[in-house]
Amino acid sequence: MNLPQARIAKILLWSCVDGPGNRLVLFLQGCNFACAACHNPHTIGQCNDCGDCIPACPTAALSLAGGRLHFDPARCTQCDDCLAACPISANPMALPYSVADILTLLHRHRAFLSGITVSGGEPTLQTGFVTALFAAIREDPDLAGLTCFVDSNGHLGALGWQGLLSVTDGVMLDIKAFGPALHLAMTGRSNARSLASAKIAHAAGKLYELRYLIVPDQTDSPGEIARLIRFASDLGGPQRIRLNAFHHQGVRGVAADWLSAPRQAVEVVAEQLRHAGLGPVIVPAVWL
Amino acid sequence: MTFETQGLRRVVNNPALSAAQKARALSIEAENAMPYPQLDAETHAALEARVICDMYEGHAPYRPRYVLPDYGVVLTCGSDWLELPVPQTLDEAINTLMIAYHHVPSVTGMPVYVGQLDDLLLPFCEGVSDEALYQKLKLFWRYIDRVLPDAFLHANIGPSDNRVARTILRVDAELGQIAPNLTFRYDPAISTEAILAQAIANITICSKPHIANHPLHAATFDARGYGIVSCYNALPQAGGASTLTRINLLEVAKRSHDTDDFLTNTLPQYVALNVRLAQARIDYLFDQSGFFDSFLVTEGWIDRGRFTAMFGIFAMAEAVNHLLLKSGNPGRYGRDAEANALGHAISARLTDLVAAQPMRNVWRDRAMLHSQAGLSTDTGLTPGVRIPYGTEPDPVVHVLALAPHHQYYPSGISEILTLDETVKANPAAVMDLCKGAFASGFREFTANIGGNDLVRVTGYMIRLSDVARFNALKGARTNTTALGAEAAKLTAILDRKPRVVAYELAAGADR
Ligand code: SF4
Ligand code: SF4
Repeated sequence: MNLPQARIAKILLWSCVDGPGNRLVLFLQGCNFACAACHNPHTIGQCNDCGDCIPACPTAALSLAGGRLHFDPARCTQCDDCLAACPISANPMALPYSVADILTLLHRHRAFLSGITVSGGEPTLQTGFVTALFAAIREDPDLAGLTCFVDSNGHLGALGWQGLLSVTDGVMLDIKAFGPALHLAMTGRSNARSLASAKIAHAAGKLYELRYLIVPDQTDSPGEIARLIRFASDLGGPQRIRLNAFHHQGVRGVAADWLSAPRQAVEVVAEQLRHAGLGPVIVPAVWL
Repeated sequence: MTFETQGLRRVVNNPALSAAQKARALSIEAENAMPYPQLDAETHAALEARVICDMYEGHAPYRPRYVLPDYGVVLTCGSDWLELPVPQTLDEAINTLMIAYHHVPSVTGMPVYVGQLDDLLLPFCEGVSDEALYQKLKLFWRYIDRVLPDAFLHANIGPSDNRVARTILRVDAELGQIAPNLTFRYDPAISTEAILAQAIANITICSKPHIANHPLHAATFDARGYGIVSCYNALPQAGGASTLTRINLLEVAKRSHDTDDFLTNTLPQYVALNVRLAQARIDYLFDQSGFFDSFLVTEGWIDRGRFTAMFGIFAMAEAVNHLLLKSGNPGRYGRDAEANALGHAISARLTDLVAAQPMRNVWRDRAMLHSQAGLSTDTGLTPGVRIPYGTEPDPVVHVLALAPHHQYYPSGISEILTLDETVKANPAAVMDLCKGAFASGFREFTANIGGNDLVRVTGYMIRLSDVARFNALKGARTNTTALGAEAAKLTAILDRKPRVVAYELAAGADR
């Protein structure tokens, strides 16, 4: 079988914030948004083998071999110095994985898991891999009962969702902002596709969670919150919404000067959503 | 014989201790003014150097370390000695237990086991409404915490899903008390998903109960059953443990040339000495103290043939890293496969060595291995076979690294999994972790949720606000808070690394 491979920045065996139960999480490398507020900016780019990060590594875990960047996990001390050195927000430690590699991990940890979540980066940039992986999980009797979730910015087009949703159990969809100009300023892209994706996933009965990032003085304006409420209400029925609070951890560039979202401000928005009949509304468990 | 009266004066005048706590401290001083049970020179030297350790149980063992009465005896037969009739109603049954607890000794001066409460009380619950059951158990729970305030005191429930177990879980979460500590015995063939979910939900509220892998424990013991007491010790019911003596594996490693010398010479030598230490204490208890003449034996609450000797070990992590360093390999116990494999090999070797040492007046004639959870004075040493504070990998890797040890420690091994507060919004993740741990061979599952006021220290519960108050030199109502405050100061216990998984991918997030 000639199945596609994926570039994966990191794999977690324990995560309680990426869908129901404990989930194996794949952080796929590469994103089509360029969010100023990104907490994981080194997952955005794809490595072009320039080699600029090599001198930054104190343990010589990085090298060029045949014009390609080579990463030796055995030498890596996870200091993350190389991430800051990359000029295009790529990650020299992202490694290629096959569907079979991930199936092996799932088999080994089956007893600990409720399912798998693909995150990123933007996992739908590697839809071929994700669809093949989810289809293989469904066909594997030893993995019966595991659910397959996607954590996406929603920029995938309608056609792309068709194939992916047929093997997906739940989508967590990030809406960065509702005002088109604000969204463009925050992400470098229009939000038309993200909003359409939420509707598509919802129509398929697979919109597990809408996610909205509270950035003080930007996404928390009364107008934005009113549009969030209207959009979620128009989907019909109670809608699970997770409010994330902007903080500085990992952020680079202009957003490093933005204010962190204070707990009280997020709680106020959560109350407004609940009051509008939406919910459950999830707020951060830990405030930084 | 001279008392060091200055030390006694310090106890008497200590403003942070209650009168009862002072009386207990004074009794310990008096016991230790007596000569130690006769030891040969080699054992004595090893004890003095604290390569082996008697847990400071005292110089004259006059009661077993842990006593687990079969309280079913007094509930079905009453007691001549205590002039108690056979209870007929739930009120009478609870009252009988409350009286019984006061006559059950242990090394802490308080009972460590208050019974398999659902089995004991269910026969009295017919015709009792849910509301009445809740009210009665709530008062019972408050009584235990206020009158027997010791976190080593332990109640057991499960594996069946029943009214008493459910109500106890409800009351326990509501009250958030230190005592009693609580174990739910889980058996996938008997327990329902619903009661396991209720137990797990409680963990996210108050870090209790502790969950025991019932099929594994049941297979280790016999028809009279077992109980989980104190810091997660599994012991024969209607018996207990006479003593707990332990080996500091790091000290043994320091006295070895290399791993081979450790496994073939030094470890066997100190295992033998630790057994001799235990035997000397057991001989005193059985042959001189008169303990087994008590009504507890004659009325059948306990059986003198059912007391084991707990053979403890600790500082496995430091021992393994020390041995690997000797061979020029910077080992990272808990993280590297080679370090973990050496740890498993040491546990297997200990099992063989302990099984080769027959003992007198010990259940089944052999000591039972125990991964010992630590004393508050163990500075720089990691309890049992645990992974050192602050270096734990993610909880799944953590469980998999330690799971192979669990088969070797029938009298108890506990690992505290520290989870960050994000799990409060997702208890199903804790359930997954628990089931995964049991499927991997864990005997016991214990989780601490970061940010809870109630936390486990080496194995018992403390309240963080109590520690803060104690440090402000206000008296603590509970005995274990003093221990916990000492432990928090001396060891890195409160630094157990809560991992904020959501931010794990952020550069440098967990460093
Ligand atoms: S990770 Fe970045 S710096 Fe390193 S080789 Fe790739 S593109 Fe160049
Ligand atoms: S994170 Fe690893 S690869 Fe990157 S600089 Fe540090 S040691 Fe080198």
